Amino acid sequence: MNDLYHPRSVAIRKTVVENEARDIKTFELVFLDQEEREKFKFSCGQFAMLSVAGAGESPIGIASSPLDDEYLQFTVKRYPTGVVTTALHSLEEGSEIGVRGPYGNFYPLKAMEDKNIVIVGGGFAFTTLRSTIRYLLHDKNRSRFRDITVLYGARSPGELIYKSELKQWEERDDVNMYVTVDKGEEDWKGRVGLVPNILSEVAPSSENSIALVCGPPIMLKYTMPPLLDLGFSPERIITSLERRMSCGIGKCGRCNIGSKYICKDGPVFTYKELRELPEAAI
Amino acid sequence: MRKGDRLKEKIIQKEQIGKWLEKLGKDYEIWAPVKRNGLVLFHPISSAKEVYFNFLNSKKTPKDLFFPQSEVLFSFPKEEIEKEVETILQKPRIVFAIRPCDARSLALLDQVFDSEDYQDPYYIERREGTLLVGLACTHPQQSCFCTSVGGGPFAKAHLDLLMADLGDGKYFVEALTERGEGLLEKNDSLQEPQKKDREKLAKIKEEAEEKVKSKLVTKGLEKKLDKIFDSSLWDRVHQRCLGCGICTYLCPTCHCFALLDEKDKARVERIRNWDSCMFPEFTVEASGHNPRISNRERMRQRVMHKFNYFVERYGETACVGCGRCIQSCPVNMDIREIIEEIRNE
Repeated sequence: MNDLYHPRSVAIRKTVVENEARDIKTFELVFLDQEEREKFKFSCGQFAMLSVAGAGESPIGIASSPLDDEYLQFTVKRYPTGVVTTALHSLEEGSEIGVRGPYGNFYPLKAMEDKNIVIVGGGFAFTTLRSTIRYLLHDKNRSRFRDITVLYGARSPGELIYKSELKQWEERDDVNMYVTVDKGEEDWKGRVGLVPNILSEVAPSSENSIALVCGPPIMLKYTMPPLLDLGFSPERIITSLERRMSCGIGKCGRCNIGSKYICKDGPVFTYKELRELPEAAI
Repeated sequence: MRKGDRLKEKIIQKEQIGKWLEKLGKDYEIWAPVKRNGLVLFHPISSAKEVYFNFLNSKKTPKDLFFPQSEVLFSFPKEEIEKEVETILQKPRIVFAIRPCDARSLALLDQVFDSEDYQDPYYIERREGTLLVGLACTHPQQSCFCTSVGGGPFAKAHLDLLMADLGDGKYFVEALTERGEGLLEKNDSLQEPQKKDREKLAKIKEEAEEKVKSKLVTKGLEKKLDKIFDSSLWDRVHQRCLGCGICTYLCPTCHCFALLDEKDKARVERIRNWDSCMFPEFTVEASGHNPRISNRERMRQRVMHKFNYFVERYGETACVGCGRCIQSCPVNMDIREIIEEIRNE
């Protein structure tokens, strides 16, 4: 119990710059002590505190799948005012950082079995959805879920993340991929349009379906009405929230909305739960 | 003392307290209210002479004995980690003459720091290693309202011992836990309370309770707050507030904190500091987005957290009625008035 706030040591094995603006990077981390990786049991949708000694800690969603058992991946956007994200981005491969977690609840993977899954993501908030997609599409799991539809959008083609993976998924015939950008560019041959509009166009059936939605607050806000129109009930719409956090374990009081702590009772909430919170969450 | 003789209620002569504390001081570090430069605060003492018995309440709460305003949790490089947690307390402690309201606040903090899922070792070790010797309030202040939020000037809850000044050179002492009995056993000049001592105790208790003039109606407050989240009342009540956060720093139940790093050439320390929901930076995200955009939202958060959210989560109001926020607010904000306004809304 000594180690409640102590991060575990990990090494940055690989970094991938995800976007044209070069402010979104995926960090592949390996535990220095393999036993710690085995103890780090997580599910899709959970987050961890990433720790850079001297800069501090930040809560970041886990982007790898629980089945990626050799490493953990986190996709982090650097903000000029973000002390930890800036420090992280300046680190070279091989550097040592800390991981504390996993924390929070997760997407209802069990309840999603034998159902059609509609995944709607926007911008760099696609990370825990990417973890989920990797998990669902894994050979061991795919047969347990019915139709899988993924709608993912970014501001511009250069801002789409996980590009090579998006391509792989598009080539598969067991997942319906829709990738869109708000604003196209000359050589962009894909869809152009805002995520909520494309969602209405694609109109995935709500029958026996669950929708997972994660994106910037504005996208979340405008994605709820089309989902409701398509017949998704609020308890079948699952979202993930973000708030500033310090402890990640429901003590520091920072991510409190109503009687809930985003870190502990969330970050995953149904739209029904969100609507019952007093303070606007999205 | 015969075996099996239960020490429950005793009388201690005022002049014997020094000797008793001296004895206890061999095994415990004793913290007591001390008046320095006109300010009453809890300090470690080496002699009973230092104890300021006539205090109303300490300016700051003794919560920082359990949850310090600033503390180093650990440092990097991490070889140094292990020893640090183990040496949080050098010696078991006694908080001597803690007020019943402040003792009650610790029980509320226990819910947060000693929750079923995550136990905070820093807090818990200090809490378990500390005995609470209460001093009943015979002179509650104008700003006190403990009796409206489930407490009282003579409330015994969460104490190991409760002492009450009978005013005639004697203290009536009641042991409330086995550990409290253990402290009393260290005193070899205890007397049995007489009928007139008990009568005196009942009388001063009643008088003290009467002196807590503020009567807040908190019944139904939680439900009422559910309904007025979007009320224009919040536009009004925050107007005077400067957002200085003193109410949260002096509040015995406020527990928000920030973890951050400080470094020098040799090492990095991860530090835990008190933080406050009244500060704009409290909820600002790296992107610059701030979900609680103005003082209105922050004031609402403070009131809702104490009288609604905490109640829903832990079943108790996160206010013990100590009145410190009222006494120290630079613009005379008064939580009692805010609650009254909410009730009338």
